[in-house]
Amino acid sequence: MGFKLTSRRVFDSTVGIVAFLALWEALPQLGIVNPGYLSPPSAVLGAVLDLASSGDLLKHVQASLFRSFAGLLLAIASGVSLGLMMGWFARVESVLDPLLQFFRQTSALALFPVFILFLGIGELSKIAIIFWASFWPILLSTISGVKQVDGLLINSALSMGANRWFLFTKIVLPAASPSIFTGIRLAGAYCITALVAAEMIGAHSGLGFLTLNSQEVFQIPSMYAGILLLAVVGLLLNFLLALLERRFTYWRRGLRHGG
Amino acid sequence: MLNNSLTLENISKRFASRPGSTTQLQVLDNIQLDIAPGEFISIVGASGCGKSTLLRLILGLDEEYDGRILLNGKPIDGTGLERGIVFQDHRLFPWLNVEQNVAVALKNSPLSAKEKRDTVREHIELVGLQDFIDAYPHQISGGMAQRVAIARGLVNRPSVLLLDEPLGALDALTRARLQGELQNIWAKEKITMILVTHDVDEAVFLGDRVVVMQPNPGRIRRILDIDLPRPRNRSDSRFIALRDDVLSDFAELH
Ligand SMILES: Nc1ncnc2c1ncn2[C@@H]1O[C@H](COP(=O)(O)OP(=O)(O)OP(=O)(O)O)[C@@H](O)[C@H]1O
Ligand SMILES: [Mg+2]
Repeated sequence: MGFKLTSRRVFDSTVGIVAFLALWEALPQLGIVNPGYLSPPSAVLGAVLDLASSGDLLKHVQASLFRSFAGLLLAIASGVSLGLMMGWFARVESVLDPLLQFFRQTSALALFPVFILFLGIGELSKIAIIFWASFWPILLSTISGVKQVDGLLINSALSMGANRWFLFTKIVLPAASPSIFTGIRLAGAYCITALVAAEMIGAHSGLGFLTLNSQEVFQIPSMYAGILLLAVVGLLLNFLLALLERRFTYWRRGLRHGG
Repeated sequence: MLNNSLTLENISKRFASRPGSTTQLQVLDNIQLDIAPGEFISIVGASGCGKSTLLRLILGLDEEYDGRILLNGKPIDGTGLERGIVFQDHRLFPWLNVEQNVAVALKNSPLSAKEKRDTVREHIELVGLQDFIDAYPHQISGGMAQRVAIARGLVNRPSVLLLDEPLGALDALTRARLQGELQNIWAKEKITMILVTHDVDEAVFLGDRVVVMQPNPGRIRRILDIDLPRPRNRSDSRFIALRDDVLSDFAELH
């Protein structure tokens, strides 16, 4: 991709963002929308700066990051390992599959009361709901990744005298990694949704709490600040996961589909 | 290295015609073949007559068959470093570069890390890909990928190299060039090669002997000696006569 094309794209997307901000600023300022309901971006920025100087911003961001990372990392660790086992050992899959089909239909939000019952209203139940939401896409895409490994490649490795351990670590794992990362990226998005939900129910910190609480006490600019910051956290998480994906599937760079 | 004769003694192979079914499909029937060390054997025959199956047995991937396969007088036992294979689809691992793909074949080899590196490089040079050592499979052409597969098949310095339609997926030009290269590699390495091909011209061009197989059940129909000096000239009248002779077998079969 040429530099020219990239800089044009940067220019185009900047135009979009600037136009959006201008419209957002103008609507409440000109009284077209009630400024009590829609704070202009300048006020939202002010709210963010206030939160930052009081130290609240750091507290909320830290709380949200901790919960989402804890839940997501747990989900990656357990989803990938269970998925590898289920994809590799047909027997494990046939035993667990009916259970999983049932549980994956059980919404994380529906289970929140159960988590609170068992784990209390503290951090654990919040991490549990995030874990639950992130776990399923990782598990399912890991299973299908392992099952879709090209049998000819396995055969080829066998013909070179590969044992099962070699097959698993050097063939199955890399072959399944693109599919595994598709699941992890999806889990990143689910994780943010679950985070917001968890923080809106019985929390005292976190960006989800900040958003809902600001609305309740009619601090509308901080409410928008919370929404904006949640989006930024989501973007950051997605960016981190994309980096991780690139790191593990570098060999696909420039690979055309079916090419 | 040179006294590695390969003997196929009364090889018969049956497959269950459907998984779990008791009726069996006889795929190979009493294959007998003595292959001298360093000999180039071409195998031709209709689709489904068991050529790939025979190579699988020689490779040691499938141990359920009747008869004996002797390498240097001893029955083979599973896969082994002294037997390499190249398939029609190169089967390179997409996540490994050219060098790593060739090196994979050395994982059971007793060589030291440095010796492994050197022999991998040597074999990549042998197939003329030294400039693509870091390339990934999707970055090279089909012909180049097939060369990598050949280097990988040779890197353990096997005494027998099995080739299952290795050039079958390539365009005519690349194919002719790789036939020449294969012949040079064979002459240089002095190893036994067994080439399965659908291309009678290729079989005659490369083989010391051409084994013609026929199906249902798969068996040897005829073995032709190709007593022509190398490198062979495709427009030589004796070459054409031998090629037509093999082709006539096919005409009868179809
Ligand atoms: N694993 C298997 N189970 C059952 N039948 C098999 C199996 N592998 C091969 N066969 C049968 O054995 C016969 C010979 O197959 P094989 O692949 O050896 O033929 P081939 O001569 O290599 O054919 P082609 O020229 O098309 O590659 C075919 O009828 C095939 O259906
Ligand atoms: Mg075949």
